[in-house]
Amino acid sequence: MQATGWGALPMLAVMLPVLAMVVALPLGARRAERLTLAMLPAGLALAIGTAVAVQVGGAPVVHLLGHWSPPLGLAFRADGLAAAMLLTAAVVIGAVAIFARADFGTKAGQPERREAFAFWPLLLAVWSAINLAVVANDLFTLYVALELLTFAAMPLVCLDGSRTTMEAALRYLMFALLGSVLYLLGVALIYGACGTLDITLLARMAPDQPAVILAIVLMTVGLLAKTALLPLHLWLPPAHAGAPAAASAVLSALVIKGSFVLLLRLWFGVMAGQPMPGAAQILAGLGAAAILLGSVAALREARLKLLVAYSTVAQIGYLFLMFPLLASVAADSQVAAMAWSGGAVQAVSHAFAKAAMFLAAGIMAARFGHDRIVELGGAGRAMPVTLLTFGLAGLSLMGVPPSGGFAAKWLLLSAAIGAGQWWWALVVLGGGLLTGGYVYRVLASGLRAGEGAPDPAPIAWQRDGVALGLAVISVVLGFLPLAAFGLVQVGRLGVLP
Amino acid sequence: MIADLLLAAAIAAVATGSVLARRAFTAVALFIAYGLLLSLAWVRLAAPDVAMTEAAIGAGLSGVLLLGAVRRLGPHADAPANLPPGLLLTALIGIGCAGVAAALGAAILWLPEPAPTLAPQVAAALPTTGLGNAVTGVLMSFRGLDTLLEAAVVVLAVIAVWSLAPDGGWGSAPGARQPVVGRGPLSLLARMLPPIGIVVAAHILWVGADAPGGKFQAAAILAAMWLLPWLAGLATPPRIAAPWLRMAVVAGPVLFIVVGLAGAAVEGAFLAYPPGWAKPLIKSIEVVLTASIAVALALLVMGPPEPDAPR
Amino acid sequence: MSATIFGLLGAALVGIGLFGMLVRVSGVLRLLSFNVLGGGIFLVFGVVARRGAGAGLAGDPVPQALVLTGIVVAFAATTLAVALLLRLGRDGE
Repeated sequence: MQATGWGALPMLAVMLPVLAMVVALPLGARRAERLTLAMLPAGLALAIGTAVAVQVGGAPVVHLLGHWSPPLGLAFRADGLAAAMLLTAAVVIGAVAIFARADFGTKAGQPERREAFAFWPLLLAVWSAINLAVVANDLFTLYVALELLTFAAMPLVCLDGSRTTMEAALRYLMFALLGSVLYLLGVALIYGACGTLDITLLARMAPDQPAVILAIVLMTVGLLAKTALLPLHLWLPPAHAGAPAAASAVLSALVIKGSFVLLLRLWFGVMAGQPMPGAAQILAGLGAAAILLGSVAALREARLKLLVAYSTVAQIGYLFLMFPLLASVAADSQVAAMAWSGGAVQAVSHAFAKAAMFLAAGIMAARFGHDRIVELGGAGRAMPVTLLTFGLAGLSLMGVPPSGGFAAKWLLLSAAIGAGQWWWALVVLGGGLLTGGYVYRVLASGLRAGEGAPDPAPIAWQRDGVALGLAVISVVLGFLPLAAFGLVQVGRLGVLP
Repeated sequence: MIADLLLAAAIAAVATGSVLARRAFTAVALFIAYGLLLSLAWVRLAAPDVAMTEAAIGAGLSGVLLLGAVRRLGPHADAPANLPPGLLLTALIGIGCAGVAAALGAAILWLPEPAPTLAPQVAAALPTTGLGNAVTGVLMSFRGLDTLLEAAVVVLAVIAVWSLAPDGGWGSAPGARQPVVGRGPLSLLARMLPPIGIVVAAHILWVGADAPGGKFQAAAILAAMWLLPWLAGLATPPRIAAPWLRMAVVAGPVLFIVVGLAGAAVEGAFLAYPPGWAKPLIKSIEVVLTASIAVALALLVMGPPEPDAPR
Repeated sequence: MSATIFGLLGAALVGIGLFGMLVRVSGVLRLLSFNVLGGGIFLVFGVVARRGAGAGLAGDPVPQALVLTGIVVAFAATTLAVALLLRLGRDGE
């Protein structure tokens, strides 16, 4: 593998947030907050720069750490998917940071508070970990990225310090640690069988030893536990619903996507030469079950934040519909390209929509002092922008045109029909209807005239603004011409020249 | 061969005992034995660097941490959080785990011959770093990024553990206040060992460039030298609000990242050391990183700040 | 020969640790099982390293270095879990 021009961009996109996270500790809460805000434009510029370099060059951007090339050394390799995730992370982290100032800000002269001390470095840690997880090309470096994600996400879950959230955090930690060790075991086996951990080199080797097959099975199970695909989703609803709104947004939008991208790298990078259509059908079957059961749970849920969390369980399911479609057709076929784009756009548009939804739910819960859905009457009058945000994000999750969610679901649906696996198309359609059901429940309740409606006191416009902005992005993604999604095709490992 | 079989049987036995122990205290005691025996296995596998780390961190620091946890939890340590699985489910899980172990064993037996290895490449590239210890070369040069990120993980863990502080204690000293132990072996060790330990740690760090040893082993020993007087009630940890303490935790990782970025600016790649500068730069990073990791490891064992600790 | 023995031991330790993590319900015992499992995985790395001896080195230094990193990360994870368990135990009093 050769280093390419502009390789410093993804390298800095990883290392600057790491440096900021480390420096935040001695700086203390107030200066850490300012440092985070100062990092936002830099991180966004680096992500845009990487995306432009990948798109214009039509090839992945590669940086060789210390000039050592794999297998001895380590490489950062930003392909189109990585660039799209870098952009997503930069925008979502930026919005969440602005949103969170009201909760975790420190005024001049105010003593440091525990939550404020922890929140900013944890946010920076999530940012650096997700960036690392999408650009690192070495399976062990990716293990460290997964641990960074876990160590940052777990304290975010229980930042409020209540017993309930601590229990949710412990359960999450146990799932995540089990997932990590299963993944690490796979790393050991792959090194033993192949003598390298570089994904690109492994893809060229097309390994088929029993040790590698066993490794992929173990790693897949471990990563599914971290991605919370049903039936390994039990930790997610209490953890994502119990966290403060800003943290929930990051957890649902970004953290679970790190292990998902890694799964794609394993299945369609390392194993690109050995498609596993049977196992892929099982993954998609679990995904379909997640869509149906998660949506039904959301439909029956009485609490708003838990409803949004169950919606995440369901939306994760869509991500796995691409697996059998990619595994059953030639990697360079039109159907495979559609399935790949569909999955990538689903990951990105869900990130924006779900972050918007959690922020909106947080604003409502803060104003009402509770998040019981049936008692949200009057929200439409008191906080129309917030309810609009929730509705727009809901449209994208449902897959109503034109929205990012529609583009994702349309691509998956077309790929399913193109691959002759029409049953997955039915799942996509059915899931959309159920999503419509639970989004409607919230909107209908919010639009009723309510007794416990709060005073129409103004909400900090930044909070409503960033939440609305994220929801608008999740919709506007659907206005992009399909050619714009060509970015995520760049550098797909299955179609290496 | 016979010795290896006996050692393996002993390790499997203490592991089983630790996992199945009825009382948490027994389980932890067996776990410490497990760590020590494992380090012997590492010697047999010709990996002295790992053997030292396993003994220092896997058995030593983990043992202190877990024994402290069992003591503070008291009866809670044994109390199940929820109902244990029924007999049938336990049997099924047991069969499943045995299946995983069997598949794994078979996969290991079937690993390709000759084994793929990077040893020749490491040996060929090592002279450019000026180091004699191949493991240190991998950690600080070829895969320096992993080591740097791991140092960041340790800082993040300190932040995460502190974030679990109970209300009312923010800024105070970490961990529970330890009762003063006037006499007995702990007190004696706490007074006698630290000077010796610090010298040993410095030696291990210094020779780590060329012989087995290095920053993790040295850091673990240094951390233990701080933890011993703390456990004996002879030393009070500083308040976590103390700026110097926070600086100490991050100094090593910050230096490492700054050197890495300087490499990107000067040599065109992150963590590229200019020719001839590799060894002095690596030694400098290692010295500062050892101090930072030592402080961080000790803080991780002590735990979050507590309201009842002295303010 | 040593490599084979310890390789099989590593596989057995993974099974034992996994069983403990899934069956034990007390937090401390689950955490111990996690560490037993981790020890088994590191041993697999060690066996891979030993098999790769060559070029004057008694073992492939790359997997050995990975284990050093892994041990420190696993320890950090253990301290996090202990801090959580202590908080939950303390609140339960």
